[in-house]
Amino acid sequence: MSQLSNQSEALESARRTDDGVPVLSVRSLRKAYHVNGVERVAVADVSFDVRLGEFVCVVGPSGAGKTTLLRCLAGLVPPTGGEAFFEGEALRRVPEQVGVVFQDYGRSLYPWLTVGRNLALPLKVRGVDKATRTDRIEEVLRAVGLAGEARHYPWQLSGGMQQRVAIARSLVYRPDLLLMDEPFASVDAQTRVELEDLILRVRDEFNVTVVFITHDIDEAVYLADRVVVLSSSPGVVREIVPVTLPRPRDQFTTKKDERFAELRRHILELVMTR
Amino acid sequence: MRRDATEALSTPPATGGGPVAPAGPAPPRRPRPRRLVGGLRRLAALWLFAVLVAVWWVWSADSTSTFFPPLKDIVDRLYELWITGDAKKNLASSLQNFAFGYLIAGLAGVAGGTLLWSIRSARDAVSPFLYFLYVLPAPVLIPAAMTIFGIGSAMKVVIIAFAAVWPTLLNTLDGMRGVDPLKIDTAHVLGMSGFRVVRSVVLPAALPQIVAGLRNSLQVAIILMVVSELVASTSGIGFFILNAQQSFAFVDMWTGIIVLALIGSVLNLLFVLIESQVLFWHYGARATEGKG
Repeated sequence: MSQLSNQSEALESARRTDDGVPVLSVRSLRKAYHVNGVERVAVADVSFDVRLGEFVCVVGPSGAGKTTLLRCLAGLVPPTGGEAFFEGEALRRVPEQVGVVFQDYGRSLYPWLTVGRNLALPLKVRGVDKATRTDRIEEVLRAVGLAGEARHYPWQLSGGMQQRVAIARSLVYRPDLLLMDEPFASVDAQTRVELEDLILRVRDEFNVTVVFITHDIDEAVYLADRVVVLSSSPGVVREIVPVTLPRPRDQFTTKKDERFAELRRHILELVMTR
Repeated sequence: MRRDATEALSTPPATGGGPVAPAGPAPPRRPRPRRLVGGLRRLAALWLFAVLVAVWWVWSADSTSTFFPPLKDIVDRLYELWITGDAKKNLASSLQNFAFGYLIAGLAGVAGGTLLWSIRSARDAVSPFLYFLYVLPAPVLIPAAMTIFGIGSAMKVVIIAFAAVWPTLLNTLDGMRGVDPLKIDTAHVLGMSGFRVVRSVVLPAALPQIVAGLRNSLQVAIILMVVSELVASTSGIGFFILNAQQSFAFVDMWTGIIVLALIGSVLNLLFVLIESQVLFWHYGARATEGKG
């Protein structure tokens, strides 16, 4: 592991010099829970950087502490050891310029508010005036393909549409970094493909850096500039795999690319071997 | 059980969990025709009630019993006393006490429940104490309240508020405890903190249960409105009924009971109407739940 991480760290520091301060910087992050006096380590030692504009996927088998990692990166829970830095500052709480999309859109959208009002909430918190709010909401809904849906309630929409609303809500205040926790794990295959292309499109449109957690290796390779592979419990970084596939990506040509298959196989091996 | 009843009364149209055509017109949220049909159906459900009243009317028509006078006499007297007569004054004072007492109970219940919820260490510690107060029958406090507040309106308002506050308070606390943690995490992610999380997320998320509490409080407040007037009182509908009974005016007594039943029904109906508006989203979300 040390050899691999040295290798990837060398690679990263080479990249970092291009851009200056990384958007997200994770240093020896560790998170342990105490359950009835027994320590359970969810994330053992995770380090990686995310540069401006990058799309980084984190994959790992179940039990690798992926969700715990994301909660630490979002500032929702403090790490037990190590540190995460957002735009150079240590994370203490959820930064204003971070958006988070959870897997369970049904639970994270507020059913008592219409789609429009769900989206207005983060803008109100940030003191955005009404006219600007209306414009922004319209703009972001159009971007996720939900123009004209502002007056509906989330529960009147299909699952895929609800997740689009959740994505729109996390983008409406124009965050610098978008954290996504297995966002497409609970939608059907076809919707998933649509949402994958959607997220690639909107991240260009909104110029946002993305950290995307998934257990689906195909999805990770298809979306990412780099894939952080975690090993199973407790989570440590096994390797950081650069994905050199050309952009824009396409569900048919990209996935037929020989390099796609190769990367897929390589990552699968990393995930499977203990 | 009550939940089902209110749901049946206020279930909004199932817009279908399925995808709604993206650019299509907004689905009608509360279409009137269906409401009308629902209303008629509900009215039709009153047939048994109508039959029973008719039976009472016919059965008692020739009654010479002092205790069970003919319904016709009761209705005539009801008109005399409560519509044209001045028994209305009793109604006004009762309803005024009820309104103040229930308002105080509702506000204090929601505020108290919220406060207890927000003090993390108090959340569990206060429960036994609260349930202890909750099971205490409020009428037994009337003597104590009388010595402190006298026998006027203040005492009655205090008794109503004291008895009615617990269901709302306990339901608020419980409802807030049960709020999905992910909803609160989401609030933090969206940039909210402190009071804003409570106001914009915790309170609405707990609203279905708070409303259930307010509804229990309503029943309790109505009961205590009457009971507080049965002791050392000179006005109010409870006083009127007791007074009529003690002066052997049984027809008058029955009019008081009927008026009381009507008041209770109207207040409950009002509550259900308001509830179906306020919790429209809750019933809608539940109806489409699991259909994705």
